[in-house]
Amino acid sequence: MREDILRILDENDQVDPATIATMLGATEDEVRATIAELEKSKAIVKYHALVNWEKVNDDLVQALIDVKVSPQRDVGFDQIAERIYRFPEVKSVYLMSGAYDLSVAVQGKSLKDVASFVATKLATLDHVLSTTTHFILRKYKEEGVILEDKAELKRLVVSP
Amino acid sequence: MTFDGSRYVSNAVKALPPSGIRKFFDLAAQMENVISLGVGEPDFITPWHIIESSFYSAERGHTSYTSNLGLLELRQAISDYLEAKHGVGYDPTNEVLVTTGVSEALDVAIRTLVSPGDEVIVIEPCYVSYKACVLLAGGTPVIVDTHVDNGFRVTAEDIASRLSDRTKAIVLSYPNNPTGAVMDCATLQRIAELAQERDLIVISDEIYSELTYEGTHTCIAALPGMRERTVLLNGFSKAYAMTGWRIGYACGNKHIIGGMMKIHQYTMLCAPIIAQKAAIEALRYGEEAKQRMVAEYDQRRRFIVERLNAIGLTCFEPTGAFYAFPSIAASGMTSEEFCNELLREQSVAVVPGNAFGACGEGFVRCSYAASLQEISEAVTRMERFLADHAR
Repeated sequence: MREDILRILDENDQVDPATIATMLGATEDEVRATIAELEKSKAIVKYHALVNWEKVNDDLVQALIDVKVSPQRDVGFDQIAERIYRFPEVKSVYLMSGAYDLSVAVQGKSLKDVASFVATKLATLDHVLSTTTHFILRKYKEEGVILEDKAELKRLVVSP
Repeated sequence: MTFDGSRYVSNAVKALPPSGIRKFFDLAAQMENVISLGVGEPDFITPWHIIESSFYSAERGHTSYTSNLGLLELRQAISDYLEAKHGVGYDPTNEVLVTTGVSEALDVAIRTLVSPGDEVIVIEPCYVSYKACVLLAGGTPVIVDTHVDNGFRVTAEDIASRLSDRTKAIVLSYPNNPTGAVMDCATLQRIAELAQERDLIVISDEIYSELTYEGTHTCIAALPGMRERTVLLNGFSKAYAMTGWRIGYACGNKHIIGGMMKIHQYTMLCAPIIAQKAAIEALRYGEEAKQRMVAEYDQRRRFIVERLNAIGLTCFEPTGAFYAFPSIAASGMTSEEFCNELLREQSVAVVPGNAFGACGEGFVRCSYAASLQEISEAVTRMERFLADHAR
């Protein structure tokens, strides 16, 4: 039941516990208790809307930055990762295998904004060896959702 | 003098009643912003890997006719699937026919089996084609009604009471459109015994077999003595959200399939290769996508049944297909009045139960192959509709 609840909420977090209970053939209390437990264990991190900011603000810029760092004794990559992810401009940080170490997504109000963040804040950190900045030109799909889905389903209104 | 085309339409076609759904469709099509629970097809798009794989074969030049029976690879895959799923296998060389949807398979099966004057048992409420196909073949459909008190299941006794010396076949369709009823194994077994006793063929349309939410689907062909006596019809439309590909199949005794193949080769030649390629991909790699869709239908099913019952449209629990079939007794209207007024006043489309047979009167078919939000809004509007008409 936990995974069923998570799948429903992952798709649409507006579905209320009573509805989820009906959908899964459970009681509302069971669903509420399970959700509370999932929130407590941070399996449910937060509830949010998936916003396509391009629709409201053309200037907003996002970049993916490949960051090479030198890991530190005892703490490995964790400490330098934390120094980076604490910046509010940073949307996500992943430790990667391959040609670089950290993949950092940064959002800013303009191209200059992002460039300046990289040059003054990110590249100058101790243990950061190099950065390569890739600006995102267009988002097609985000969090499993196609942002501008042209394939709108056109079924007949009534069919046998 | 003006040319009167109607004079040239054959008597058989003239006598054919128009589909009850057609009238309602014309009405609904004129309106805008309709929330529709009137659709008999999935609201999912065909899983992408199936589309991609089929188009890839087309790009590589697989655009030709195939064997009349269909691609051997597909017939083999169908046989393997039926063996694994229901424990009944067929020889892909002469016991499997790939058709343009189950609709064609049904028509060809009936034309193969029915001689003028033969009677065919049709169990209502049911999909709109069965009766029409029997009539077009020159046969006589003999209707057996089912009722909500028995969960819209037919019994062997119901059928036995309508048999005559001319009865040739029984058309079964479970899980059922429009009621969502499924058949239990014990009842099917008694029907199977009756078919053997009275030397009847069973045409079993199992297009919704994968959409069975409680327990497992029993394929009548898998019951003792029934493999040869059953023409098993199934396809890809509902389980894999592939209605527009028009791809189905029939399995059965080689002489019956051979007869069906004759009609098929003269009228259809073969099913489209692009859809056949898609079907192969669906059987090979479509299991996960199918299960995801089935799980989602199941959640919506519980939701719509509870909501309909809560607003006073009493609904027996459907455990197959994607239809709820509530009684509209609370409204005091006929099925057609209910559907027409609901559409006009609340812009919600559901299908009158009598479109599926006279005994469907007093019920409406609500498809839950729609998003949760649409279902929720539609039922809320139905509740408002009932309140407006409360006496």
